[in-house]
Amino acid sequence: MWSELRNLREGVDLGTPPRDGAAVSLTVDGKPVTAPAGSSVMVAAALARCPVPKLCATDTLEAFGSCRMCLVEIQGRKGFPAACTTLVEPGMVVTTQTARLQELRKGVLELYLSDFPAGDVPGGWSELHETMQQTGVTTHPYVAGENHLQAAVDASNPYFLFDPTKCIVCSRCVRACEDIQGTFALTIEGRGFQSKVVASQGECFLDSECVSCGACVQACPTHSLVEKSLFEGGEYRAQSPQA
Amino acid sequence: MTIKVCVPRDATALSLGADATARAIAAECQRLRQPVQVVRTSSRGLFWLEPFVEVETPQGRVGYGPVEAEDVPGLFAAGFLQGSAHQLAQGNVDAIPFLARQERLCFARAGLTDPLSLAEYEAHRGLRGLRNALGMSPAAVVEEVVDSGLRGRGGAGFPTGIKWRTVAGALGTPKYVVVNADEGDSGTYSDRMVMEGDPFVLLEGMAIAGYATGASYGYVYLRSEYPHAARVLNQAIATLRAADWYGASIQGSGFAFDAEVRIGAGAYICGEETALLESLEGKRGMIRYKPPLPAIKGLFGQPTVVNNVVSLASVPIILDRGGKYYADFGMGRSRGTLPIQLAGNVKRAGLVEKAFGVTLRELIEDYGGGTRSGRPVRAVQVGGPLGAYFDQSLLDLPLDYEALAAKKGMVGHGGIVVFDDTVDMAEQARYAMEFCAVESCGKCTPCRIGSTRGRELIEKIVRGENVARNHRQLLALCDVMENASLCALGGMAPWPVLSALQYFPGDFGLPAGKEPAHVV
Amino acid sequence: MPNPRKPDGSVVTTCAYCGVGCGFKAETIRGEIVRMIPWKEGKANHGHACVKGRFAFDYWRHADRVKKPLIRASIAEPWREVTWDHAITHAAAELKRIQAKHGRGSAGAVSSSRCTNEEIYLMQKFARVALRNNNIDNCSRICHSPTQFGLSATLGAGAACQHFDSILQADVILVVGANPTEGHPVFGSLLKRRVRQGASLLVIDPRRTETAESAHCRADVHLALRPGTNVAVLDSLAHVIVTENLHAAKFIAERCHPAEFEQWRALVGDPRYAPEVVGPEAGVDPAEIRRAARIYASGPNSTIYYGLGVTEHSQGSTGVMCLGNLALSCGMLGREGVGVNPLRGQGNVQGGSCLGSWPHMFTGYRFVTDAAVRATFEQDWKLELDPEPGLRLPNMFDAAVAGTFKAIYIQGEDPVQSDPNQNHIVAAMKAMECVIVQDLFLNETAKYAHVFLPGSSSLEKNGTFTNAERRVSMVRKVVPPLAGLEDWEITVRLTNAMGYPLHYDHPAQILDEIARLSPAYQGMSFALIERCGSVQWPCNPQAPEGTEVLHTKTFPRGKANFMLTGYVPTSERTDERFPLLLTTGRILSQYNVGTQTRRTGNVAWYGEDVLDVHRTDADARGIQDGDFVTVTSRYGETRLRARISDKVNPGVVYTTFHFAQSNANAVTSDLNDWATNCPEYKVTAVELVKVPTGKPASSRTPASVRA
Repeated sequence: MWSELRNLREGVDLGTPPRDGAAVSLTVDGKPVTAPAGSSVMVAAALARCPVPKLCATDTLEAFGSCRMCLVEIQGRKGFPAACTTLVEPGMVVTTQTARLQELRKGVLELYLSDFPAGDVPGGWSELHETMQQTGVTTHPYVAGENHLQAAVDASNPYFLFDPTKCIVCSRCVRACEDIQGTFALTIEGRGFQSKVVASQGECFLDSECVSCGACVQACPTHSLVEKSLFEGGEYRAQSPQA
Repeated sequence: MTIKVCVPRDATALSLGADATARAIAAECQRLRQPVQVVRTSSRGLFWLEPFVEVETPQGRVGYGPVEAEDVPGLFAAGFLQGSAHQLAQGNVDAIPFLARQERLCFARAGLTDPLSLAEYEAHRGLRGLRNALGMSPAAVVEEVVDSGLRGRGGAGFPTGIKWRTVAGALGTPKYVVVNADEGDSGTYSDRMVMEGDPFVLLEGMAIAGYATGASYGYVYLRSEYPHAARVLNQAIATLRAADWYGASIQGSGFAFDAEVRIGAGAYICGEETALLESLEGKRGMIRYKPPLPAIKGLFGQPTVVNNVVSLASVPIILDRGGKYYADFGMGRSRGTLPIQLAGNVKRAGLVEKAFGVTLRELIEDYGGGTRSGRPVRAVQVGGPLGAYFDQSLLDLPLDYEALAAKKGMVGHGGIVVFDDTVDMAEQARYAMEFCAVESCGKCTPCRIGSTRGRELIEKIVRGENVARNHRQLLALCDVMENASLCALGGMAPWPVLSALQYFPGDFGLPAGKEPAHVV
Repeated sequence: MPNPRKPDGSVVTTCAYCGVGCGFKAETIRGEIVRMIPWKEGKANHGHACVKGRFAFDYWRHADRVKKPLIRASIAEPWREVTWDHAITHAAAELKRIQAKHGRGSAGAVSSSRCTNEEIYLMQKFARVALRNNNIDNCSRICHSPTQFGLSATLGAGAACQHFDSILQADVILVVGANPTEGHPVFGSLLKRRVRQGASLLVIDPRRTETAESAHCRADVHLALRPGTNVAVLDSLAHVIVTENLHAAKFIAERCHPAEFEQWRALVGDPRYAPEVVGPEAGVDPAEIRRAARIYASGPNSTIYYGLGVTEHSQGSTGVMCLGNLALSCGMLGREGVGVNPLRGQGNVQGGSCLGSWPHMFTGYRFVTDAAVRATFEQDWKLELDPEPGLRLPNMFDAAVAGTFKAIYIQGEDPVQSDPNQNHIVAAMKAMECVIVQDLFLNETAKYAHVFLPGSSSLEKNGTFTNAERRVSMVRKVVPPLAGLEDWEITVRLTNAMGYPLHYDHPAQILDEIARLSPAYQGMSFALIERCGSVQWPCNPQAPEGTEVLHTKTFPRGKANFMLTGYVPTSERTDERFPLLLTTGRILSQYNVGTQTRRTGNVAWYGEDVLDVHRTDADARGIQDGDFVTVTSRYGETRLRARISDKVNPGVVYTTFHFAQSNANAVTSDLNDWATNCPEYKVTAVELVKVPTGKPASSRTPASVRA
């Protein structure tokens, strides 16, 4: 594992960590591809240039399997396995695009969008926006449902802010703080729909154990955690709360 | 001559006043200067009769119930110590129809013994399984369990022997046995009865599992809502240690096994084995994706046997009488017996251990006596809060894993909850989504957000808002939850909803005849 | 709620802060730097970073930046803004005048680890070709010069044996006198990752640092020794290894000199180094010394990482040699997952070390007194060079006070704040006639300067940095230099003004010259670094793309050497007047003397240096959490705010040195390492007295009164 870190490539996100291992041959969407043993199907699909939509996966972190966007069909297997948590095997036949998969991905993304600020959908360039483009889903059918759109922005850290209204609880920030930085300052508090990202014991970022390494900001796929310097004048003007 | 009177110490009996009953009996004996030994035993599982008092007479055990403290003087006056007639008399216990037609393998000792008496346990064939196992090779023990056809009684129904085989062959030490004693399904109590009433059979089963698979330590992950079970189990473990049946070299065999009880913290999802392991490791009870299976990479990353209480409690008899003996009960691929728990609106609620093959109608009407309210049975939920609702037309299904699955129902842990015709099935469907929302671990989106949206959609349908559109959306959502969820909580929450929509569309204000498709 | 703006430009460069040397992409919007994002392909950091490099980069355009050259006749006068030509001409004229009047040796220069390899090289070239002497030194004098001495003496090379990733192959990690979680955070994270995977962690440090204990990462053994007892404890570990026969006999026979080993074995095997004797003296449990030694010796792969807690002592070089001996005795060299590795603090201090910025050495650690070596430089530079070693920086200050040293050209350093025994340095500065300071901001030293040349940050110039792994990486210009010239261009102009013609079109040519004149950099070039991303020296025909792990087949001198490391306690002793020991360190969010980080948002976390005091010591003096205390030593005094802490043992107090007003170095001694003059920052006997506030008591309950 120690040399796998060197396989990371700028501008390329394979989805799960690149491995060093003997080459495994498989087929993705009809294309033959080889991936090192221990790679996920998501990596193989990326290598075959048939990338699978993803939100909770990034190749600097081990697979988590929570967003359920990366479902694929694998010949001989029931159901719709997640590409990120399924390892490649010799002779595997993977399909990444079917009407059925599109139906399921649409359903999942609609659930995400039903608790996401609609005003931030146009004009964004986060990974979530890329996924919306990749799947062609930008709206949802749920009307006036329970949501977290009243949550307050935490701008206590001098350099970045946390806007919980955009958080999709993919836990990439928590995992980055644990596995990459090793500080364990972030966690998910609450259960189910009440799940939310908190720093330390529910403190603001500045008061918490966060050491401001920025790994969480880098890992966040929705710009929920984002550098203040990316806003005009370095300021982030919060929208006035909805009535 | 001292007469033995048995009063259960089971939690259900306690909640109905068994302690007061026992005290009253002791007081009355004192007053009448009658030599009587009051023994606190396990419960027979006849809950409509609890507190169920049994008197040991030359003709066998005679039962009286339900006996409250104020009934006691009258019973003495009527001569109940001799087994005489009384308004509360139930006659010879073995002849009670509810019990007489059962096939109690796992619950063979229920009601008979003091749960913490190792001597009584041994006198009733206890420890024979472990003794036999220690004389066999571990691989032979595994094969015996494979031959028995025993399948996981927690709900997944995975062949226990195959799981043990996987752990036995997995590399890595140490290995662990983890008992799933989280029993979260509403209306279920068979695990609780085993732990409170016959703890040694569970502990013996754990030791056999350890021997067969190479595990040397066991954890009982016990839900926090079972304090009596915790006390009894801890005492039972101490007793086994003192008698050299747990420890560094069991009965000098060289095989080391020990165990401890760990308490949960009120999360249904921690009944799912991977969330259970996370909780046991001190982390949030969140689902781990599979593979890798816990059998290969389980507790602390080590090979782990995770089994339900009843599964392990069924193991000693398999090693005592042989796998074939167990397999001879049952039908198809559902071998052996299942302790079924009748609950809800039923006249006679209690534990029915029967071979697979008994029909739902038999269980509800013959054993259960129909509804307690006397009104017609309208719906039955089998297998827990995520099980499908069946209407009258399906009650002739035999209790069998495959037969129920074919109708999008499930055997689960064997709980059967009965509803009469006052039930609002739309509310039940809404409840299913709400249950999922409350108990969701929150990791995957279809469950975390989907269950809340599902509840909202059902509420809107019931309120008459955009019914056709919301109905279509609800079906689409159920499809996503069923096929995209990370675990069975989100994956099966649609089952009660879809079955309610299919069999009881009127309760939602929907026209009949709509057959929602479960897409495979 | 607005969406963030998307950067439209990106330049890959290297962080200028610590010795990890993270690769970053400087992202811009219409040319304005908006964020620094870690470079995934950076081999030192693999896409990770810390608060400093990631966020604290705005100092480069802080209002305090000096944008025009300044001169003044005396330090009592205000500064005058002048043109570059004027300032350079004036500075050169002054230097020539002073050298004519007071002798060639009356002027010197100091290079900076904040500057690129090319700039450091040019500074030492300046001293040699323009000042015509060897009065050139660098700041690693005050931190890792013992590394240079000690590792060269034992292993033959004064640099890290391994690359950072190698720690992922280690089974045992021994951290001595370093706190990577704070000082080398990205490496600290990698270390923690390895410990979480199951490696054993041994920590030798007076404090219970974050490295010793943090979430999911706890040292198996923590020897919280009294400051000043390093060599005793390290020799005691060696004692266990030789008396319990845990040493690697085969490795010693093949790769060392058995006779030397026997001598060393006799020394450390002496009863006076037994754990039962050393333990009480160092304040450590003897059983734990034994446990640590056994764990280290059994490996299979044991690696050592150490820092200023080893070097900044009067036996600093000895301490480093102890570490070399330890690794040799157990065969922990020459493969992945082992080695002895100094954690070089600054972005380019390793560069400063190997590029000849020493009074006694040329590039590649070769002596100026060596005629053959000197000849190669004379040939390339086309003039005769001074064969006598020059003055070390402390000696320059001594000579200034004595009246024989009159001029100094300091680039990117602030000796008045960072060097020990401040009063002495201030006196030295005042005694000089021409102090030339080249820096981003007017710092403490600039208060005593006559010429101020505004320098460029790493975002404003091209060049290379060498990190603690010997890894040479690109520094790329992202914005034009604020004052108009890159640092190297200023030195080139000054060299020309002194009469030596010097011209380079681009720093790549400077690296080419370094490659010609430095064996370890032989194959280096900008083109190679561009192609490979980064290159670890040695880079030569045997290793054309650089060397990851040193000593794999042989040591530089063939075999390695066991050095005798007898323990000599420092003469800095506690007594009734100064009963406590002060030791110092770094904190994550501030960097060294805080020149940069104090001018960024990082002050949100840490606005002042704080003195950690154990509750027992605080109670005995009536000190409460938050009180100001006067800290006095035999050398001076300062005032710091106290913080009650259980991370130090009773008898030890601790502070950091990031803020000028804390004046931590007013109290540190002038004792230093016997071999290299590295100051003994880590051991100062002090006393604390609570500063009476005169304010009404706070709402806190009063301090407990000692009976």
